[in-house]
Amino acid sequence: MITYIIRRLLAAVLLLFIVSAAVFSIFYLVPRLVGATPETLATRYVGRSATPETVNLIAHKLGFYDPIWVQYGRWVKGIFLGSEYDYGSGTEQCPAPCFGYSFITRQPVWPDLLDRLPVTLSLAVGAATLWVIFGVATGVLSALRRGSLLDRAAMGVSLAGVSMPIFFTGLISLLVFSYQLKWTAAGGSYTPFTENPGDWFYSLLLPWIVLAFQFSAQYARLTRAGMLETLGEDYIRTARAKGLPERAVTVQHGLRAALTPLLTIFGLDFGLLLGGAVLTEQVFSLPGLGKYAVDAITNNDLPKVLGVTMMAALFVVVANLVVDLLYAVVDPRVRIN
Amino acid sequence: MAAGTFLEVKDLKISFPTDDGLVKSVDGLSFQLERGKTLGIVGESGSGKSVTSLGILGLHNKRNAQVSGEIWLDGDELVSAGAETVRALRGNKMAMIFQDPLSAMHPFYTIGHQIIEAYRVHHKVSKKVARKHAIDMLGRVGIPQPERRVDDYPHQFSGGMRQRAMIAMALVNDPQLLIADEPTTALDVTVQAQILDLMHKLQEEFNSALIVITHDLGVVAELADDVLVMYGGRCIEYGTARTIFEQPEHPYTWGLLGSMPRIDRPNLDRLVPIPGLPPSLINLPTGCAFHPRCAYEPRTGGLGRSLSPELAGSGQPGHLVRCHLPTDERQRIWREDVKPKLEAQ
Repeated sequence: MITYIIRRLLAAVLLLFIVSAAVFSIFYLVPRLVGATPETLATRYVGRSATPETVNLIAHKLGFYDPIWVQYGRWVKGIFLGSEYDYGSGTEQCPAPCFGYSFITRQPVWPDLLDRLPVTLSLAVGAATLWVIFGVATGVLSALRRGSLLDRAAMGVSLAGVSMPIFFTGLISLLVFSYQLKWTAAGGSYTPFTENPGDWFYSLLLPWIVLAFQFSAQYARLTRAGMLETLGEDYIRTARAKGLPERAVTVQHGLRAALTPLLTIFGLDFGLLLGGAVLTEQVFSLPGLGKYAVDAITNNDLPKVLGVTMMAALFVVVANLVVDLLYAVVDPRVRIN
Repeated sequence: MAAGTFLEVKDLKISFPTDDGLVKSVDGLSFQLERGKTLGIVGESGSGKSVTSLGILGLHNKRNAQVSGEIWLDGDELVSAGAETVRALRGNKMAMIFQDPLSAMHPFYTIGHQIIEAYRVHHKVSKKVARKHAIDMLGRVGIPQPERRVDDYPHQFSGGMRQRAMIAMALVNDPQLLIADEPTTALDVTVQAQILDLMHKLQEEFNSALIVITHDLGVVAELADDVLVMYGGRCIEYGTARTIFEQPEHPYTWGLLGSMPRIDRPNLDRLVPIPGLPPSLINLPTGCAFHPRCAYEPRTGGLGRSLSPELAGSGQPGHLVRCHLPTDERQRIWREDVKPKLEAQ
């Protein structure tokens, strides 16, 4: 088991390096291939009005003339050891983990990411809590009353939930619940938990519900299918033959087995969300990682894009790792091998 | 109910409505069983054996199965009883051993957990007491080092050990009726003999009534006092094990005997299968359900095709046969035709 964990950890680190190399290549190498020059990049720091000499100087100082792998090495070194930037007007210390400076604001990227993370985390944790509770409960009830009105209604609603994109349900619900009925906070009114937990809850309620609705729908369908499959297993018949009450049969024997595969999917979904619930944050103007990513891409702010991408990759890899390790806890057949 | 009878099944009918029609899995089955006795129910796949056993335990879902008739267990009628009444008896007064112990045990719980759970459903005791009982039970079914193995998961057991654990789980509440559905089918031959010995020993120890459901006549020969042969959801021959093996009168039983490998016969490789396939339970053949596969059907003078024969008494007391052929003719065919061929096989 210990060697398994160590092996998985090493694999995760290796994977992150591969992702970083790929991402770096995409953002720095591909533009070169289609004609961008070191000067073009430097221009983004000093602005178009700068003289060619200034641009040239900055491009040299930031190392844009170096070969791509040297630049990549410097970027990775910055993440682990920090680095110094020289804009010509004096040097600036960028402590580790340094993801460089924004082209636009000249602010270091890492503190920005740290600022945005709690927003995304709040959104993801709240929505996940809702969707796990509602999705699984709906799925179990549907499976137990298969073919009933409740089952058909739940599956119909969940089909709608799976099919409708967030930018549709989000905008409609904002219009109805925030602007017409005034039950929930308007878009863009995020308050940090540390400032006022009540306002924090109020500002996130609608995003949570909208995001959870889509995921609940998916989880309800998965839970229902898993339960139906599990309830047909021989060990369920054995549990009944032992004289266990029906509730114990469905929950302790049925649900226990049906939930295990859901764990994998949950890990992936949650990891992805932590990297930024792009659509939800955009629709509700929540200053999280997803909105940060969208803004960075719109402004062509490469250091920001790189930083937020690596952050997202880190979450997905870690979530996967945690799921695999949890699986060993949940399923004894995995544990032994 | 006759004195000493512990289980009596009267005119049991179990059918399942499907889109293609009504599947009559069990159609008018009756039998009796005393404490300490063993009944073997034999038949091909789809003859209604397992459906019968699940029906006795009340394990059919009321939403997709229609059950009628009477099942008397020690003075209680089960078909008309409430679900909760039957549940309280299940696993307690009557228990079941399933065919494939790997799929019949929950993969995520330890053997001990599953036995403790079975015990605590029917006994209000602490986990500690139940655990001691579970370890004791595992020891009694011949699992070495039970205090250590009680914490193992089903996949860590070998096939034979798993079946022993399954038996321990079924017997943990001292059931007076034990139903074993193909208890040795998933096991290899050497282990089969051990499991049969174990079941025999435990039955004597607990003085329970035992129903063994199998397609393997070898298992029946080993364990059963009485034998019930099923075909197409009905009993077609019923008698003591001795009668069924030595003086069987139904052509289907002859076919089963002919298709069974026997170590005391010279030519082990020459098994004679019964031609044709088991009948569809939606559209049973008219007349005798076995007539399309029966070599002696022409001798009934067309009766076999048109009329379903009744289950009627034959030469031996308690011997029942469902066949149009006259008793003396059946006995003559067996004596002069079938038996010599079986022995020459």
